[in-house]
Formats: sequence, structure tokens, C-alpha cells
Amino acid sequence: MSREPRHGARRRLGGALWRRRWLKGLSLLAPPVLAFLVVYVAALVALFISSLWTVDPFTSETIHHWTFDNFRELWHGAVYRNVALRTVTIAAAVTVTDALIAFPFAYFMARVASRRTRALLFVLVLLPLWASYLARVYAWRLILNSHGLLNWSLHGIGLPSANIAYTNTAMWIVFSYIWLPFMILPVYASLERIPHSYIEASRDLGARGFRTLRTVILPLALPGIVAGSIFTFSLTLGDYITPVLIGGASSQFIGNVVYDAVNQSSNLPFGAAFAVVPVLVMGVYLVLARRLGAFDAL
Amino acid sequence: MTKRMWALAATLAVTLAFPAAGVSKAHGGTLNMIAWEGYTYKQWVKPFEAQSGCTVHSKFAGSSDEMVTLMRSGGGSQYDMVSASGDASLRLIYGHDVQTVDPSRIPDFKNFGKAFQSPPNNTIDGKHYGISLQWGPNTLLYNTKLVKPAPTSWSAIYSPKYKGKVTVPDNPIQIADAALYLMKHQRSLGIKDPYELNSTQFKAAINLLRKQKPLIKKYWALASDEIDLFKNGDAVVGASWPYQTNTLVADKAPVKDLVPKEGATGWLDTWMVSAHTKNLDCAYKWLAYISTPKVQAEQAIYFGETPVNSKACPIMNKLSKGSCAQYHANAPLKYFKQIHFWKTPIADCGNGKKNCMDYTKWQQAWTQLKG
Repeated sequence: MSREPRHGARRRLGGALWRRRWLKGLSLLAPPVLAFLVVYVAALVALFISSLWTVDPFTSETIHHWTFDNFRELWHGAVYRNVALRTVTIAAAVTVTDALIAFPFAYFMARVASRRTRALLFVLVLLPLWASYLARVYAWRLILNSHGLLNWSLHGIGLPSANIAYTNTAMWIVFSYIWLPFMILPVYASLERIPHSYIEASRDLGARGFRTLRTVILPLALPGIVAGSIFTFSLTLGDYITPVLIGGASSQFIGNVVYDAVNQSSNLPFGAAFAVVPVLVMGVYLVLARRLGAFDAL
Repeated sequence: MTKRMWALAATLAVTLAFPAAGVSKAHGGTLNMIAWEGYTYKQWVKPFEAQSGCTVHSKFAGSSDEMVTLMRSGGGSQYDMVSASGDASLRLIYGHDVQTVDPSRIPDFKNFGKAFQSPPNNTIDGKHYGISLQWGPNTLLYNTKLVKPAPTSWSAIYSPKYKGKVTVPDNPIQIADAALYLMKHQRSLGIKDPYELNSTQFKAAINLLRKQKPLIKKYWALASDEIDLFKNGDAVVGASWPYQTNTLVADKAPVKDLVPKEGATGWLDTWMVSAHTKNLDCAYKWLAYISTPKVQAEQAIYFGETPVNSKACPIMNKLSKGSCAQYHANAPLKYFKQIHFWKTPIADCGNGKKNCMDYTKWQQAWTQLKG
């Protein structure tokens, strides 16, 4: 007897959801959207807000008073411009390097390799991701240092030593290595999606290998390359551990300055202001990526 | 997004931007400590917990700056004690984060070396803001095979002879090392204390560091970084702590360290008590316990530093033969005259003038230097 009204309520609810489809969609989406707002957007907003505060130099207490002083200091300080420029340059170099390495590799995986080789290559690409980031960075330190594997091999074939330990070159190599899988996978996905008939058609029309690559395969793979570049670029842009472990005397990244601002100077607002810079850079990058069609395949 | 959702997002953002009021963790018989890694090792913490009934929780800090930040977190009531180095202690004292302590409640205080009873980095106008713990010099470390003749002066880390093979700590207090060098080599600057620098003296020190920068392989952040650099031949000379030397020598690396003829900077750590602690009793028990000769000796050997309690010497020798002399635990007062212990640079120059560069300036200059 007591079940009757509940049944009725459930039926009414079901009916309401059926009549108003948007209500169903909303109730399904509400939890993730709410989490997104709380966890993600709110943190970003907090970052923006606190970047407009300052810190009392004596007591290190935050002064809740709106000002653009932090951004002014960033703009006028040659050091910060250098750091930002260094970060963006290395991120770009890493992205280009990874794209150049990943394309032939992914092409081989997608179009040439047998099913078994492909599976093996997949494992090889993904395997390093199972090891700790730190362990891999330290491994590179062992390879690159003066008495390391690199110089040992160079001496073995009668070449002079390469002194690249603790330099920006070393950072470029290590970053390129660490983020390579994030480029290979999207490029592979885009190459695999190209129907074989396109390539046959190109050949039938008299295009040679290189022409087919340039006019058919590359344009179709471009969204994948751009998607991969978003990963490699943004991951390098935000890193601050590799510069500490692999970098030399002039290797600070934006992340390192932010870390020092918070941990050394207790100047959270200044750190927040500098952290806005990569957000802006990424914003511009994403707009460009959209223009290049990186999101069309989503 | 509707208007209401915007309002919701804004409210959330504002709530998150203001940190929640401090949540106190302190309750009966628990000491929450901020310490250097290894300072609350179980070898001496376990017996303390057993005999005092106080439980010790420790949080390791990576730098003096982090210690200050942590002590101030949550309104200052989150931690009861801190093992502050000299470059943090004055900041904590002037920030009213720590309270005065009464040395008469520490039985071993009278056995402390004279230099450590009332050092300027923890005692102001006769008021003690903590009890000295252990100290060590910042030494010149070099590779005996590759650096010849053996250096006797800090000029080794400023000379182009070892270009690209020099390493110094990544720490703003390193400016004092440059100031100490100038104190002896450019007397016209009139530097009296490497931590009290007017703008001319400060600029000269920064200039010296700027000239040094092209010689630097790496500014090391962790002791293990410097050990790696020396072990792998990426650095042959640098500023160091005895800890690195001991580790490298134990590893059979050809290195030696010394206090060069200009003298050296040094650290002196102090256990300080939070101004907001609810466990003052336990804090005093810990201060008394950590000052006893046996614990002082154990910590000295474990960490590679020197105890302030002169009675610790024979116990050190028992734990590790010859260690008392090796760490200068029995050194005469003259030895300490050449060690300039870290203290936080403040605007007050000690001569009535307030034209010295304070620590914020030091930090800014260091960031600019690293670039």
C-alpha cells in the first residue's frame, strides 16, 4: 500500500524527463560540470584574483588590495622576459623535434608494420611511461654527465667528449625524450585513419611517393600533429623539475621562478602573476591549433 | 552560462581564494615539528617519546624559506617547534612567530660552547628565542687530482682557471660568501659583517657573483646534486658542507675540503618554539633532551655536523674514532672567530642606521642573478 505513492512519484519523474529532454541531459551532466567548475575553473579564477594582490615585504603577509604591480614588474624586468622567452623557445624546439621524430615512427607503425610488430612498437612507446618521471630524468643525467655513457661511447669511437651535461641543450634532449609518446600516439591515430584508397588514387593520378606524402598524407595527418604538439608544448611549458635536475647555471623556467616566489619569498601573488603567462601562451596556441583543424577530428 | 551560474562560480572562487582559518592539530602531548631531514631521526626520537610521553610528528623542510613559510601557515598554530638555521631565525623572531625560552630550564645549557649560548642569530638584547643545536662551516671543496696546487683561498671559485667546473649553492645567502671574499680582498669597501651590507657593498658583491656566473656549471639545490657533480667530474671545485665531503670520501672520490684563509660562512641551527604552541611542557622537555651530550653526539655523527655541547666530544669519539677533532667539536674560541654564522640580513645595520639591504633584496638579487 505504501508503495503506491512512490511508484507514482517515480512515474511522474520519468514522464517529466521524457517530456523535457534537456532536463535529462542536464541531470546527467550536472555532476561532472559541477566538478569541473569547482576543481578546475575556480582554481584558475583564484589564480587570476591572487595575481592582482601584493605581499608586504616585511611580514610576508598578503595585502588584499587590487593592483597590476606584479604584471608591471614582470613586463619591465628583463630577467622575467628572458625566462619566459627561454621557456617558450625550448618548448617550441621540443615540439618540433618530437614531431620530426614521431611522424616517420608513427607512419611506420600505422602503414608499414605487421600487426605483431605494431603491437611490439606500441609497448615500446608506452613502456617508459610506466617508470617514474624522476627515474627517467636521473637516468639521463647518468648518460649525459662528463663521465657518462655518452662521452664513454664517443671516446670509444675516437671522438672528443661532448660537454652538454647541465646545459639548455641537455634540457632540450631530455624533454624531447620524455614527451615523445604524447606526440607519437595522436599522429599514429591520424595516420591510421587515412583510407588506403586515397593513397592509391594519388598514385593512379601519377603522384610519386614524395608528392603523395606532401599533398595527401601530411595535410590529413596535420590535425594529429597539432594535437600532439599541444601536449608536448604545454607539458614542457609547465615543467620545473627537469630544469632543476638537468639544467645549468642559466636554465630557469617560468615554473622555477613561480616555485621560488612561493617557497623562497612567500610571494604567492607574484608567482600567480607569472603563472598567468603560460596560461596566456597556451590560449594563443590553442586558438592557432583550432585554425589548423586540430579539433576537427574530435 | 546563466547569470546564476556565474554568481556561483564567483562565490566558489572567492571562498577558495581565502584560505580557511587555521586548523589546530596540537593536542595533549604531541609536538609538531618542522625540521631539517635527519634532525628527528628515530634513533633519538624514540627514546625521547618513551621517557617524556610526548609524541613527535615531524615535517621536513627543504629550505630556510620553506621553514618560515610553514611556521606562518594556518595562523602559526600548526607547528610547535622549528629547527631554524641562522638565515631564518631573525625572520621568525621579528615576525613574532616564536617565543622566548628560559635557558635555566635546560640543564646542559652551561656546557655549551661560549659562542653558542647567546649567538646573535637567536638572542636579541639578552633574550633567548631558542636553544642552539648544531653548527657547521660552509667549506671549500675541491678535487685533489684536478685542482693543483691545493687551493688556500676562496679565489678558487672566482678564478677563470676552473671555468665551467665550479658549483655553488642555489641560495640567496650565498651573497654573504661573496661579501666575505670582498671583506678581505677589497678593504676599501669597508665591509664589517657579510650580512650587513649597504647598497654599495651589496652591489660589489652582486658584481662579483655576476662575474662568477659564466664559470658556474650548476647552482646546486640539493646536497646530492653536488655529490653527483663531483663524482662524475662535472665540477672540480665548489662551496660545500662537510656532509658532501664525508659522503664523497666514503665513496673513495679524490676530494678534500677546507676553511680557506678568508674564513668561511657557517650555519648554526636553533630549536625554536612557536609563539602559539599549546605544548610548552613537551617543547621544554625536547629542548633539554636534544641538548644532552649523548643525543648531541649521535646527531652530529649521523648528520656530519658539530654539536654545541662541549661534553659531547668524548661520546663522538666513542661512536666514531677521531670524529671530535674532525668536526672541530673541541676547537678553541679562535676557530669560531673565522666562521661568520648565517643570520638573516635586515635593514638595521647595527650602527643605528637603517640603510642595509634586507633579505627581500637578497632574494630579488639572487633571482635576477640566476636569470
